[in-house]
Amino acid sequence: MSRILIVAEHLNGKLNSSTARCVTCARELKPDAIDVLVLAEAPDAVAAEAAKIDGIAKVLTLANAANAHALAATYAPQIAAVAKNGYSHVFAPSTTFGKDVAPRVAALLGVAQVSDIMKVIDAHAFQRPIYAGNAIITVQAPADQMLVATVRTASYAAAGDGPNAAPVEAVNVSVELPTHTRFVELAQGKTDRPDLQSASRVVSGGRGVGSAENFAVIFKFADKLGAAVGASRAAVDAGYVPSDLQVGQTGKIIAPELYIAIGISGAIQHLTGIKDAGTIVAINKDGEAPIFEVADIGLVGDLFKLIPELEQALN
Amino acid sequence: MKILVGYKRVVDFNVRVQVKPDGSGVVTEGVKLSANPFDDIALEEALRLREKGLATEVIVATIGPADAQAHLRNGLAMGANRALHVVTSTAVQPLTAARTLLKLIEKEQPGLVILGKQAIDDDSNQTGQMLAALWNRPQATFASKVEIANNVARVTREVDAGLETIEVDLPAVITTDLRLNEPRFIKVPDIMKAKSKPLETIDFASLGVESGDHLKTVSHAPPAKRSKGVMVKDAAELVAALKTKGLL
Repeated sequence: MSRILIVAEHLNGKLNSSTARCVTCARELKPDAIDVLVLAEAPDAVAAEAAKIDGIAKVLTLANAANAHALAATYAPQIAAVAKNGYSHVFAPSTTFGKDVAPRVAALLGVAQVSDIMKVIDAHAFQRPIYAGNAIITVQAPADQMLVATVRTASYAAAGDGPNAAPVEAVNVSVELPTHTRFVELAQGKTDRPDLQSASRVVSGGRGVGSAENFAVIFKFADKLGAAVGASRAAVDAGYVPSDLQVGQTGKIIAPELYIAIGISGAIQHLTGIKDAGTIVAINKDGEAPIFEVADIGLVGDLFKLIPELEQALN
Repeated sequence: MKILVGYKRVVDFNVRVQVKPDGSGVVTEGVKLSANPFDDIALEEALRLREKGLATEVIVATIGPADAQAHLRNGLAMGANRALHVVTSTAVQPLTAARTLLKLIEKEQPGLVILGKQAIDDDSNQTGQMLAALWNRPQATFASKVEIANNVARVTREVDAGLETIEVDLPAVITTDLRLNEPRFIKVPDIMKAKSKPLETIDFASLGVESGDHLKTVSHAPPAKRSKGVMVKDAAELVAALKTKGLL
């Protein structure tokens, strides 16, 4: 009998789509129940959003001023306490939020964690990538203990809304919360563009773009397509764009319908981040670049000449 | 203040790892091994804190087979004061690694522990968080900036939404992200000096660590290959191809 507890990810009063992606993954275990846990200072709005997701039995809320920011040291003991109420699995998205908090929960429970589930075999067997996706392993977790896991969000579409909203229940846990970890600030890039992790179209630039100023070309083209903007590690390291745009093994793993890689050579660490994309387009002046090995459509040429031509052709 | 640095040896990041034909593992024979890149960043950060006078001693620690000594010598050549080698011939999973590192913490009483955010072999991204939980101390993961004053670390973290800054009371566990620093190169004279630095070997069994190796790897497979694509000759052809696929 499996009961899955999914830890909701949210920011500024909005549920992140990573939560509905976890639900899709959880449904593949054919569990007896999937519950979503929302930790927040004022969880009502987020809980109402989560309650709509198809396949949810109920939404649990832990309202506490200490939960105003997602601090792993504060969240983990509360999640572990709720998990002990008969859950067989605790799932969180494999985003920086889930990666931060889930192992702390697992350690408190004294159980193993499966990171980055990309395929469910059964309730205790999963596939996950290792070596930057160069190998896929099947791991078997023990059935006699709770399992903590993170879900590779790019592998699962977000579950849609169901016909009826699930009930929302406030829960209480009696755990002592630490004061040794304090939130100071979150510097968010202000943007009206689609979110990189959930966008259906992404335009990414690499070292070939050449400078932060030149990246304006990428942003303009992305806006034309209504696409989110990403970047290779080389472009981030060179300071062209901030780190939250990085796509790859150690950045964001994404699965847009259309991915356009511009001036990106295609290091394996970058390809790891995009291999679930629907269609990959590569534009690079070097016809031998490894990006062309994975691209569905390749175009060799100077990006500064080709992008204006593409914009023209789109009109 | 002592700083303990986790220093794992992994297949070099430039190696394109191949799955063995029988699916029993990946090919590691004859493959170049190096320090996990995030651990080099962890060591570099510890050395910089020592150079700023914020730490007195930097200890590198690894859990691995007997031949991992040469790897620890590299850490000593980079500048660590001494090394701890927990010797075990079998690879340990993150929960076991965290429990082992906790034993080293109990022995050394460091004021700060710095680990890489993930090892690039198993890509688990768990050990630092687990260690912080078991130690009942703060964690500051995915660090891109660390400032220490008055026994408090102010850490900027690379999160999906941008850059988050948190404050943690020391002792604490910090895990490194790519842009925290650029690790120094090892100089030849330092390789000589490293040979005489203390390196303590500890038998894994002697630590009495309860195994947390609960996961069994059943099989390895190569990733699904994407089918070979087509080349187009100009912008107009590309737009046409995307329209055919219904993407525009």
